[in-house]
Amino acid sequence: MKTEDLITALSRDARRTGPSVHGRLAMAVALGIASAFAMLVAGLGIRPDLTAASRNMLFDLKMLLVVTLAVAAIALVRASARPEAGLPKIVLLVPGLVLMFGIGHEIATQLPAALPGRLFARNWAFCLVAIPLLGALPLAAILTAMTAAAPRNAALAGALSGFAAGAIAAVAYGLHCSDDSPLFVAAWYSIAIAMLTAAGAVIGRRVLAW
Amino acid sequence: MRAGLAGDEGAYRRLLRELTPFLRTLARSGLARAGRPTAEAEDIVQDVLIAIHTRRSSWIASEPLVPWIRAILKHKLIDFLRRRGTTGHIDIDTFAEVIAAPAEEPGIATRDVVKLAESLPSGQKAVIHAMFVDGHNTQETASALQMSEGAVRVSLHRGLASLAKMLRGSI
Repeated sequence: MKTEDLITALSRDARRTGPSVHGRLAMAVALGIASAFAMLVAGLGIRPDLTAASRNMLFDLKMLLVVTLAVAAIALVRASARPEAGLPKIVLLVPGLVLMFGIGHEIATQLPAALPGRLFARNWAFCLVAIPLLGALPLAAILTAMTAAAPRNAALAGALSGFAAGAIAAVAYGLHCSDDSPLFVAAWYSIAIAMLTAAGAVIGRRVLAW
Repeated sequence: MRAGLAGDEGAYRRLLRELTPFLRTLARSGLARAGRPTAEAEDIVQDVLIAIHTRRSSWIASEPLVPWIRAILKHKLIDFLRRRGTTGHIDIDTFAEVIAAPAEEPGIATRDVVKLAESLPSGQKAVIHAMFVDGHNTQETASALQMSEGAVRVSLHRGLASLAKMLRGSI
């Protein structure tokens, strides 16, 4: 086939395209946040002591961590959608510092014997189920938006989609979960988000290749 | 490109046409560096044109176009070489001192996209045939096949997407 004919055929398919991939991602993230919060309110329930908890430094630290993590993850997904853009890994610095501060604070203020109890708390197994469930719809929405993208590495772009979905789910779950210890968050939230990240990588490898 | 994204067929065709020699030059030098015959460049050029078309919403209109195009080409070139079992690092950023493309350029790929389209579902095949071979536009195709214009566009889009997939597989 002649290249000239291909160009003619492709240009006949010229039409107003929808929003750019960043626009689609913004819609997917909004949809994902809405679905995660709808499931939080309808299914899990927001913790009843929210007002009291918001005066608790460890709760505030937990929410600061998951919100900055979600913002960082969304920035990374946005960058991975474009073939010419590098990943702004620096955005992970803020949640990383918050997490390290939290763990340091915990070790400095708690008796060593109390640490395992704070790590496992009561709800670790529930956390590992709830965050992936809350993140499933956000992951589907973000991956759908990403099918218009041209990522350099499909598996990585899928993994980052799962990471962003997991961080969004963690924000919602954080408003339900009454375990505020940074040790608990560092261990179980991370594993739950990693599960979504792995799922995103596996799916992304298949659906985001171009 | 902006006009093309807004649906201006003429501007879009001009853009693709003007990009082609640039793509060809980059594809040739990439192949030469990998020790592959430069005759395969046209296959890559066509892959890249299809990718530019199907992935055009991943270009952000406020960003420069050329880095995006180069990144698409680099991706397709690496993909092509990997499928042919060529390994080695391709540094497209050093392509500045590139071999000039010869003026007489046949512009014919070694694979025939129309032939590949034979294996598409009948609706997509008919649309691709009407538009690529008979040279109809979407309206004419729609009335010839008694489909709505929207359905033609959907078939074309799906057909192009599976063709792109087949091209990757056929290499």
